[in-house]
Amino acid sequence: MTKFTPFESRLVVLPIDNVDTDQIIPARFLKTISKDGLGDQLFYDWRYDAEGKPKPDFILNTPEAKASKILLAGDNFGCGSSREHAPWALTQYGFRAVISTSFADIFRGNALKNSLLPIVVPRDIHAELFANPNISVNVDLATQTLTLPGGRTVEFPVDGFARHCLLEGIDELGYILQQEPAIASFEAAHPSPINTTA
Amino acid sequence: MKPRTIIEKIWDNHIVSERSGAPTLLYIDLHLVHEVTSPQAFDGLRARGLKVRRPDLTIATTDHSTPTTPRSLPIVDKVAAAQVARLEASCKEFGIRCFGLSSAQQGIVHVIGPELGLTQPGMTVVCGDSHTATHGAFGALAFGIGTTEVEHVLATQCLLQNRSKTYEVRVDGALKPGITAKDIILALIARIGIGGGTGCVFEYCGSAIRALSMEERMTVCNMSIEAGARAGLVAPDDITYQYASGRPYAPENKAWDATVASWRKLPTDDGAQFDKSITIDAASLEPMITFGTNPGMGIPITAMVPNPGDITDPLERESLAKALRYMDLPPGKPLLGHPVNVVFIGSCTNSRISDLRNAAKILKDRKVHPGVRVMVVPGSQQVKAQAQAEGLDQIFRAAGADWREAGCSMCIAMNGDQLQPGEYSVSTSNRNFEGRQGKGGRTFLASPLTAAASAVTGVVTDVRTLLQ
Repeated sequence: MTKFTPFESRLVVLPIDNVDTDQIIPARFLKTISKDGLGDQLFYDWRYDAEGKPKPDFILNTPEAKASKILLAGDNFGCGSSREHAPWALTQYGFRAVISTSFADIFRGNALKNSLLPIVVPRDIHAELFANPNISVNVDLATQTLTLPGGRTVEFPVDGFARHCLLEGIDELGYILQQEPAIASFEAAHPSPINTTA
Repeated sequence: MKPRTIIEKIWDNHIVSERSGAPTLLYIDLHLVHEVTSPQAFDGLRARGLKVRRPDLTIATTDHSTPTTPRSLPIVDKVAAAQVARLEASCKEFGIRCFGLSSAQQGIVHVIGPELGLTQPGMTVVCGDSHTATHGAFGALAFGIGTTEVEHVLATQCLLQNRSKTYEVRVDGALKPGITAKDIILALIARIGIGGGTGCVFEYCGSAIRALSMEERMTVCNMSIEAGARAGLVAPDDITYQYASGRPYAPENKAWDATVASWRKLPTDDGAQFDKSITIDAASLEPMITFGTNPGMGIPITAMVPNPGDITDPLERESLAKALRYMDLPPGKPLLGHPVNVVFIGSCTNSRISDLRNAAKILKDRKVHPGVRVMVVPGSQQVKAQAQAEGLDQIFRAAGADWREAGCSMCIAMNGDQLQPGEYSVSTSNRNFEGRQGKGGRTFLASPLTAAASAVTGVVTDVRTLLQ
């Protein structure tokens, strides 16, 4: 995993609450056995017409969006299915962060494991960002701050362990594997109730 | 000792290690695997040269991209066929038991876990699927995970997790005729919204929950995620033990008695504190139905579709307006009487034998309304066999419904079973998101009783009018 470094970007504004993972990537694209090629399918049913042509009025089809690394969305982003294809599609499109007032639990976990930073901001800041969609903001995970134009900073919460892993490029599975002795002793003390002779 | 909730007890029983600055390392008792969210995880193991740590605690089946056409036919969709084949190959390679397409135990992952006796009280259960909360009906801590976490569990049988908040959902009183478990959960989600349970695990309790059968408890727990809760559970009781007893993977003989004794210690202690709580009066519930594009957009079936003009928050107002535009529904009008094109009876929410019996009760000696397509999809091969032994398939066929093979089918529309653009369905599944049942399709979520009643009349129908 590469280390998560500070960056600056304009915002792609999606003023919709409860964006579910079926919108982020529709289920019919989950038949793949690979992680690749999902960026073109991001928000497919909002982004393309019935013939598969990009809808010019959908924000992800604008040249500005393609150069942006931050998605600004409504409350409870990423609700619904556990599909990790959602953060895969978002990062392959080019996003490195999503800003909202809240995230669904499974999506937040999946995003953090794929270097996509879910940034929770207070409601007033959220409204202010929506009112000024053309600004650029700076994201610094080390200091857990967004820097708005003019230098004003907004702190955001991140799980300490996830932050550490992202900043240092640490892979969680490697960390768990190091605890093999603890796992083995837990197993020795807790036999499974599943009747495996079935 | 401080009184604890069942949620805290299960958590405490599964702590492998706790290090400062890191989440708890939690042991997983049962890992269920299906074809859609696992191939990249198996690739991760191959890339690192890792084995599956506990193939004996890992069970796979094919359900999501699996056709519900006769099993003698090949899978037409080559991409889906490759995914199903990949699961079977990976299971062979890593020594995992797989109930594949040709198995008599194949079915929706959340239907077969309980029916095989794999799901047991006090367990931690995970699956790369958000409806894993279904298994909470047994008093298990069961939650959905992403593919990276699937890889973690395959490799280590453990997960790094932070403790969730506890949320007591108390449902007291008796349900009136025609009102079911599905209506309880749709009412809860409508009440607290689809983000209302974020960060929490629900414990469903109260006299109305205690009175539910295991299958009904599964329906309630199944949709915990639709209120944002990662898990939801019901403390085990004699109904639970009676259901689990004698199933193939359940403990036997002396081991059974000892295990039940340990299960009896699981229920929440008197005086235990929850972080949040809500009470619902079961007697006040009506059949519920959704009108919008998330499961929180639900109303009692006799109520009116809400009006965006009544909402002050601009983003919330626009979200409701957007939903009504997608659904092509006028605000302030009833849903009752709205024409229906398709009725889907199935999914991990409502595809068990009791669900099919409920639907058959309405469809018996009646006909599906001309122009309505009705699909009945059993949750598993075992449910299918049981339904056929009871003659339910004959009732469905005689009514003009389509009787299918087991799978997720039109709940997620990955397998060719889908709505056409603009079509309306009454569906017993769990999600009404835009395009969930097929691009441009429009979903009304409801109980099997409501779905079957609407199949007969061709319009959204209050089942109570057919029960008299």
